[in-house]
Amino acid sequence: MTDTQTNASTSGSSSPEADSGTITLRIWRGERDGAFKDYTLPAQEGEVVLDVVHRVQAEIAPDLAVRWNCKAGKCGSCSAEVNGKPRLMCMTRMSTLPTGEPITISPMRGFPIMRDLVTDVSFNYAVARRVPGFHPRPREADGTHRMAQVDVDRSQEFRKCIECYLCQNVCHVIRDHEENKANFAGPRFVMRLAELEMHPLDTLDRRRFSFEEFGLGYCNITKCCTEVCPEGIHITDNAIIPLKERAVDAAYDPIAWIGRKVFRRPEPASAASVAAHAPERRSGEVIVEN
Amino acid sequence: MPEYETHVVDVLIIGAGGAGLRAAAEATALGASTAVVCKSLLGKAHTVMAEGGVAAALGYVWPEDNWKVHFRDTMRGGKMLNNWRMAQLHALESPDRVLELEEWGAIFDRTPDGRILQRDFGGHRYARLAHVGDRTGLELLRTVQQRAVDRGIEVFMECKIIRLLHAPDGSVNGAVGVWRETGKFVVFGAKSVILASGGVGKIYKFTSNSWECTGDGQALALGAGAELIDMEFIQFHPTGMIWPTSARGLLVTEGVRGDGGILKNRDGERFMYNYIPDFYRAETSDTIEEGDQWYDNKRDFRRPPELLPRDEVARAINSEVKAGRGSPHGGVYLDIASRRSPDYIRRRLPSMYHQFKELADVDITTDPMEIGPTCHYIMGGVRVEADTAATTLEGLYAAGEVAAGMHGANRLGGNSLSDLLVFGRRAGLAAAERALGLSGEVTLDQNEVEDACIHALSFFDHDSGENPYTVHAALQDTMQDLVGIIRTESELLTAAENLKDFDERITRVSVEGHRQFNPGWHTALDLESMLALSHATTLSAIVRKESRGGHTRDDFPEPDAYWGTVNNASYIEGGVVKTKLTPLPEMPDDLKELFEEGH
Repeated sequence: MTDTQTNASTSGSSSPEADSGTITLRIWRGERDGAFKDYTLPAQEGEVVLDVVHRVQAEIAPDLAVRWNCKAGKCGSCSAEVNGKPRLMCMTRMSTLPTGEPITISPMRGFPIMRDLVTDVSFNYAVARRVPGFHPRPREADGTHRMAQVDVDRSQEFRKCIECYLCQNVCHVIRDHEENKANFAGPRFVMRLAELEMHPLDTLDRRRFSFEEFGLGYCNITKCCTEVCPEGIHITDNAIIPLKERAVDAAYDPIAWIGRKVFRRPEPASAASVAAHAPERRSGEVIVEN
Repeated sequence: MPEYETHVVDVLIIGAGGAGLRAAAEATALGASTAVVCKSLLGKAHTVMAEGGVAAALGYVWPEDNWKVHFRDTMRGGKMLNNWRMAQLHALESPDRVLELEEWGAIFDRTPDGRILQRDFGGHRYARLAHVGDRTGLELLRTVQQRAVDRGIEVFMECKIIRLLHAPDGSVNGAVGVWRETGKFVVFGAKSVILASGGVGKIYKFTSNSWECTGDGQALALGAGAELIDMEFIQFHPTGMIWPTSARGLLVTEGVRGDGGILKNRDGERFMYNYIPDFYRAETSDTIEEGDQWYDNKRDFRRPPELLPRDEVARAINSEVKAGRGSPHGGVYLDIASRRSPDYIRRRLPSMYHQFKELADVDITTDPMEIGPTCHYIMGGVRVEADTAATTLEGLYAAGEVAAGMHGANRLGGNSLSDLLVFGRRAGLAAAERALGLSGEVTLDQNEVEDACIHALSFFDHDSGENPYTVHAALQDTMQDLVGIIRTESELLTAAENLKDFDERITRVSVEGHRQFNPGWHTALDLESMLALSHATTLSAIVRKESRGGHTRDDFPEPDAYWGTVNNASYIEGGVVKTKLTPLPEMPDDLKELFEEGH
């Protein structure tokens, strides 16, 4: 059952079906043991879901807890599930949602609820601390790092990530299996390893780490993460699968690894200068500098 | 006495945007124990919204570029009101800061020979902005964030600082905060405190700024006894989205114009050619034909007027709309579709493409964008010493948008990301050196702590009072309508009167519910910062009787030589914001020569 609370400034219509000029948001209130509550407001043109949530906050429920920052799809704060679909509320236009029925807004299910639409995403920050950081090769003699655009396109795609954690939320390995969080870092952080692995300047080998510490083997490529990514990053095809291939096919062969890092393009001059700086591969445990 | 937990560190940094995290990296590298406190989650700071790039005279695209040209562009863009030493340090050091980001994992777009690519922006003589498509701020923030995480720097997330604390000698030695999640209090003791809390955009109705930009740092400094300067200088970015209404104010990067975009009125006229000020006439093209050749040949041709500094372009758009030549929703058109190929636009401006497609249903590769000015940046802020970022209060430092001086009366695009790296580092350095040089324990003033906590909780005691969201919206209306892009004395005086009403209304603001993650309460606390700064901005705008950069007075439309020699300082005396004029630091002769003919 849900409570219904209507904006006092409307003409008293509390049923969304009764008046096409109103909208009803069915928002989760409270903690784990909370409930959905309906809020009915007048419809306004050109709004996104977050606008309506803000109007609920400003006019009806001032203590409604919701995270947001930029309202421009750039910060990844306002992740939630809109009619069951993981979305950024700031990039979900009301006009794209079905009319005549309440719009359900619930917190991300993959994380513990703190209050209302706010969840405890500290898992992601804990995983981030375990990522073996970037270790560049030395600079060229002229003080630059030379990298061709074509060689950085892939890592740049992954660096578009706004850390909204919708991929983490929807990944079935951890969404309903809290116990797997100890073993699997989730798509966002597997992608971070792929980004570093494909970074032309980086010298660390994270292949063994990706399986042994971040549980790459847990992913069975259902592409749920890719489907929800608001940045349209091809997480599965471009990050996870290639990382699995590198790790498995190469069988930890250092020559093949350096070859992939360095000789991806047939451009002799650049390749030669890069090869001159090719580092000794560190094996075994990844060393994190402090 | 409300309960609280206590943490003691060498250096406390308030704000986890680019400046705060760069400061943290520096302080930690020197061996100072460092804590960063931020109002949101780590990685969400307003820095992520910077789009176009970071300005640095690397000279990769135009070898003619060097720090002197960048310095000159910055000072001229700031209408010579900049702190010359800050502008010099910034121009000298920004290339190193960009290369350092690359060393920490940032991946900028590349030139054909594999170096960092640089793009054109308004007011910059050469293509100078290192960038990643149109999401450079995200790249910068993620890089310093990952650096901080890699170095194990302690970050206290979702904590709002409500008061700075003083040692017996008057220096700053800590701060009181509220955890947003639990509503409980936390006290940080520190030998040095760095403000890196960003801007004040949320005092305006239409702004490109994010939720966090409520001027907390400026208000904390003012309340603690530090001086602010030049609070009247607010940058209205010429190109914000104006439709749909819910997206109004969202930034449309200057990179659109840097990459060839032009401005047109409803008649299709490229009106910027009618608005070239004398100050920039020598370096701006007279004809469309000349301007169009400049993108590829900067030696023989002069820039198109769409790439004048932001204050000039914003005023021109305002004038066109006022003259009845605006677009249907009250803006003008920004057109890149007719100038560049769809592939080029999607590659260079991916997030603009996405933003217009998702929010306005406009395909920018085929149709023009409707845009208008939006509150974007405050040039004024906490007065700092150029080399150390030290404020007028011992133990307190400020870097990034919260600090003032670097940009004078108007900031050039791209100079903000470089500013926060250059001065974030310098603040971290100076704050750590001070902290490591101090012996003895940090002694916290329990009375100050108690007073801050009791005050913060008082909003729960007011019954049936004012709704914090309603008061915020009303404050934004006052500032938008009366202290906006074009100002005049009668309106400013009305604003000052209105603000006195707000002083009274805010004492009646009441908060429903409990302390746990209560946005109504957070808004009430933010309102106090916003109101203090609205006073400072309005009063400073009344005092400065001239037009310069981000301060345009209808009743004093020209710049005035005298006003070009003074900073307008704000401070608190007897609980009230006051202003005084102080002399602008004078530039040494060898730098003055850069502004003479032939340079």
